[in-house]
Amino acid sequence: MKDNLMKNITPDNKWQDLTPGGFIYASGNSAEFKTGDWRTATPKFIEEKCKQCLLCVPVCPDCSIPVVDGKRLDFDFDHCKGCGICAKVCPFDAIEFVKDGE
Amino acid sequence: MAISERLSGNEAVSFAIKQINPDVVAAFPITPSTEIPQFISQYIANGEMTTVYVPVESEHSSMSACVGAQAAGARSMTATSSCGLAYMFEMLYIAASNRLPITMACVNRALSGPININNDHSDSMGARDAGWIQIYAENAQEAYDNFIQCVRIGEHKDVHLPVMACQDGFITSHAVERMELIETDKVKAFVGEYNPEKYLLNPDEILAVGTYDTPQYYMEHKKAQTEAMKNARQVIKDIAKEFETISGRKYDMIEEYRMEDAEYAMVIIGSSAGTAKEAIDELRTAGVKAGLIKVRVFRPFPLEEIAAALKGVKAVAIMDKTDSFSAAGGPLGAEVKAAIYGKVDGLVAANYIYGLGGRDVRVEHIKLVFDEIAELVKSGKQPETYKYLAIRE
Ligand code: SF4
Ligand code: SF4
Repeated sequence: MKDNLMKNITPDNKWQDLTPGGFIYASGNSAEFKTGDWRTATPKFIEEKCKQCLLCVPVCPDCSIPVVDGKRLDFDFDHCKGCGICAKVCPFDAIEFVKDGE
Repeated sequence: MAISERLSGNEAVSFAIKQINPDVVAAFPITPSTEIPQFISQYIANGEMTTVYVPVESEHSSMSACVGAQAAGARSMTATSSCGLAYMFEMLYIAASNRLPITMACVNRALSGPININNDHSDSMGARDAGWIQIYAENAQEAYDNFIQCVRIGEHKDVHLPVMACQDGFITSHAVERMELIETDKVKAFVGEYNPEKYLLNPDEILAVGTYDTPQYYMEHKKAQTEAMKNARQVIKDIAKEFETISGRKYDMIEEYRMEDAEYAMVIIGSSAGTAKEAIDELRTAGVKAGLIKVRVFRPFPLEEIAAALKGVKAVAIMDKTDSFSAAGGPLGAEVKAAIYGKVDGLVAANYIYGLGGRDVRVEHIKLVFDEIAELVKSGKQPETYKYLAIRE
């Protein structure tokens, strides 16, 4: 039985290295779980059209629109799942929504 | 000095729980295991135990309460039978996969329907793939002894799995037998304190239990679980040896009875082993080389022990006190046949379904089975895939 504090369990870990029962010996680490690879469509931030109204920020179910000093930055693609809600909400066409492969 | 007593199986197991004095017992009454939570409640009400009793509203909840309590760091126990065990089904898997060493007194009773409150093994056999260790008792003495050992087995650092200590409903649970109890201080010293490495109520460490696994991890966790079950084999043997030093009674994965030179053998689980031993003694007196393999531990399955014990045997009757409705026999039949495959040559293996829903199994029934397998050897015929013992037809 492994008792080591595994910070970043990855799909490269052998069964012997996983914690018993999948116990997690840490908290606040869901950010380490990259959900971005689920995406089949991608929002594109068009900065010059953006008025920084921040309407898109609270509707993102994955907190993938980072805000620093009252201004939104480009998307956090490690976690954006590509739902497209932000693109629907933006009143200024500052978010384009492109299906992957198009 | 051991304490000589006369107790029923339920009384014996309740007494073991009182001696162990676990942190939590959560149970819901169901025949024939009802007496266990009843006795525990009385012990607690009388101030004889400090256990927290959780009076839940169902078995799904009793197992859930045990899962929560054990994960919190409390040694937890429950008791159930039949439909109660079936109602726990979802949570049985949660307990095993979260590697929580809960100890359950399972008092075997038929599953409905038709509704029946008597003994067979359909309940625990139905849960045989839930990831629990399963140890079966032949009588009240073994129910008591097994229960005490089960706590240590499940909690062992190489195992960390929940354990079912099974006994036959009514036949063992309600019949009063002469038996020996171990002094409470010795039982307490044997089981020791429960000190899990990781537990939710530890204020010094962060822990999340019951997590989600994506497909990249699920199989690795199952592999760890199956390895723990394999480890349990050695742990069960080691703990039996240690138990012998305080009780004088020997236990192993299987018990062999008059198997040394046996030509005809029976493989059986539970109380009917006692009846089979009596039948074998009579057959031996009549010159028939009959022997018995009693499967004490069904999970992990003692495949090597069974194959070794059946070497040199001409025919074996594998007795299932449940039907798996595979239309190919019972679970013990299937697993014993798998155990001997490629290991024991030329052995005639017949699978019988017997004793369902409390049907009496008497010495003459066991002798009939030995007659039938001897006849198969003599005639060179293959047995039916499986058959019901002494069925009216
Ligand atoms: S909703 Fe559109 S305009 Fe407003 S902040 Fe978001 S991207 Fe910029
Ligand atoms: S596409 Fe969906 S998940 Fe991605 S940033 Fe927009 S709202 Fe968030």
